[in-house]
Amino acid sequence: MNGSRHRRLAHGRRIATALLSSQYAYMLEYRAEIVLWALSGVLPFIMLGLWSAADVGGELGLSQLQLARYFLAAFVVRQFTIVWVMYTFEEDNLSGRLSPYLLQPLAPVWRYVSSHLAEQATRLPFVVALVGLFFLLYPAAFWWPPLPALLLAGLATMAAFALRFLMQFTLTMVCFWSEKASALERLLYLPYLYLSGLVAPLALYPEPVRAFAMWTPFPYMVDVPARILAGEPVNVGASFAAVAAWGALLLPINLLLWRRGLRHYSAMGA
Amino acid sequence: MAIVRAQGLGKTYRVADKQPGLAGTLRHFLNRRERTIKAVQDVSFAIEPGEFVGFLGANGAGKTTTLKMLTGLIHPTSGTVEVAGAIPHRREADFLGRITLVMGQKQQLIWDLPPLDSLRVNAAVYGIPEAESRRRIAELADMLELGDELRRPVRKLSLGQRMKAELLAALLHRPAVLFLDEPTLGLDVNAQARVRSFLADYNRRFGATVLLTSHYMADITALCPRVLLIHEGQLFYDGTLEMLTQRLAPCREVRLELHQPLGAEAFAGYGEVEAIEGRQVRLLIPRERLTEQVGRLLADLAVVDLSVSDPPIEDIIGRLFRQGALA
Repeated sequence: MNGSRHRRLAHGRRIATALLSSQYAYMLEYRAEIVLWALSGVLPFIMLGLWSAADVGGELGLSQLQLARYFLAAFVVRQFTIVWVMYTFEEDNLSGRLSPYLLQPLAPVWRYVSSHLAEQATRLPFVVALVGLFFLLYPAAFWWPPLPALLLAGLATMAAFALRFLMQFTLTMVCFWSEKASALERLLYLPYLYLSGLVAPLALYPEPVRAFAMWTPFPYMVDVPARILAGEPVNVGASFAAVAAWGALLLPINLLLWRRGLRHYSAMGA
Repeated sequence: MAIVRAQGLGKTYRVADKQPGLAGTLRHFLNRRERTIKAVQDVSFAIEPGEFVGFLGANGAGKTTTLKMLTGLIHPTSGTVEVAGAIPHRREADFLGRITLVMGQKQQLIWDLPPLDSLRVNAAVYGIPEAESRRRIAELADMLELGDELRRPVRKLSLGQRMKAELLAALLHRPAVLFLDEPTLGLDVNAQARVRSFLADYNRRFGATVLLTSHYMADITALCPRVLLIHEGQLFYDGTLEMLTQRLAPCREVRLELHQPLGAEAFAGYGEVEAIEGRQVRLLIPRERLTEQVGRLLADLAVVDLSVSDPPIEDIIGRLFRQGALA
C-alpha cells in the first residue's frame, strides 16, 4: 500500500517537474510579453495615485502610508493571482488542441495550472524590480513584513490563486457548450474589480457594501492577502475558512460540469 | 480476439442552420435553427491485433468522427465500441496508455520548444523510466532518421521533420493501437515514403494494430492489406484492397504495344478503348471475358507486347467518390 502510494507520489512529482520546467522554458521564450503583462498590472498604483490625490483615506481610517503599502501589496498579490485559463481553454477547444491533451493519462487541468505557475515564476524578477522602483520613488513607504506575516501572506496569495483559478476554470466549462464562453469572464471581471479590493481597500467601502462583499469570493482574491502583507488587521481564520468553503462549493460543480462537458465535446478542429 | 470492435456505431451532431445574407443573419440571431447531421450511422467492424487497416472515404464521409469515437474523444450517439479491452470514452488511464491518435494537421509538440522538451513531458506522463525513455527516443529517432532536429524548436522544423517528431511523441509510450489520421498530409513524396516505411517497420517490430486514413492511395496500397470504405457515414466495404478493386472495377486494363499504329475502329468488339498513343493502346475489358478477348487480340493483331493490370485504385475510388456511385 505504502509502496504504491510512494510510486504515485514519485510519478506525480516527476510529471510536475517536467510540466513546470517545460512551461517555464516556454514562458521564457516570451519574456518580453511577460514584461508588458507585468507592467499592464499597475492598476493598483494608478488607484493609489487617485486616492492620494483625493486625500480621503485619512477620513475613512487609512493614512497615506497605509494606502501606499496596501496598493503595493495589492499589486504583488495581483501579479501572482492572474488567471487566464478561460481564454487558453477556449482557444484550445476551438482549435482542437485540447484533443491531444485528452488522449493522455493526465487531466488537462494540470497543464493549465503548470502554465500559470510557470508564468508567475517568469514574472517574479519583474515584480521584484517594480517593487524596488516603487520604494526608490517612495522611500517612506518601505517596510519589511515580519517572517510569519510574510509566510501567511504567501499562503493567502496561493489560496487566492487557487480560488480564482477554480472559479474561472468552473466558468470555463461553459466552453463545452458555447464557442464564446470567455464573454462570461469579462462579465465577471466587473464584480471582481470592485469587490476584490483592486480599486480600493475594502476598508474604505461603506459597511453594508463591505459586509456584502465578504459573502462573495472576491475579497479573498486580493484584499485579504494584500492586507496581511501590508500589516493590516485581518480575521485570518475566517478568511481561510471562507476560501475553503468557496472551494468546497466550486470543486464538485467543476467536476460535474467537466464530466458533462466531455460528453458534449465534439473535438472541433481535430 | 479483436482489439478494436465497433458495433452499430453512430454519431449525430446538432449544427446551426443559417441562411446567407442580412435577413438570414437577423433570423439566425432571433430564432436560431438547428438541424441534425448523421455523421456516422450503424458502422460495425472488428480489427485483430497486429492488423494494418486502411480507412477510406471522401471528405466528410465520417472517417475522423469514427476515429474520435474509437479513441474516446467523443461519445457515440448509438452503438458500442471497445478498443484494447476498454470502452474508449471512459478514458481510463490504462486504455489511454495503450492507444495513440496522430492527426496530420494537429500537433501535440510545444511549438516554441525543441521536441525533446515535449518528449520529456510525455515520458513523465506515461510513467516511462528516464533511462528507458532515452533508449526509446534513440530507437525511434533512428527508425525515423531524426537527429539534431530533436534539439531545434519545433517552429524551425520542416513539415516532414515535424511530422516525424510528432510520430515519435505519439509512439514513445509504445501504444498497442495506432489511429493515424492523414499522417502524410502535405508531405513531399520522399517524406511520405519515409513515414510509410517507418509505419510498416513499427507495425512489424512491435506487432501494433494500425487504423490509417489517408488521401494518398500510395499509403494505403503500400501498407494496408485490408481496407474499410465509408461513405456518407455508412460502412460500404470491409475487405482486401484486391477484392475492393474487383468489386468496384469490373474491367481490367489491357496495355498493348502493336507492330504498327491502328485506329480505334480496329478494336471494336474487343473492349472499350481508353487511349491510343501511336503504337500504344489501352483497353478496358470485362473481367469475365478477359481470357477470351486477350486470346483474340493476340491471334488477330500484330502484338509486340501485352500486359494486364487493374486500373489504379486511386482512379477507381476517386471516380467513385466524384460520381457518388456508392449511394
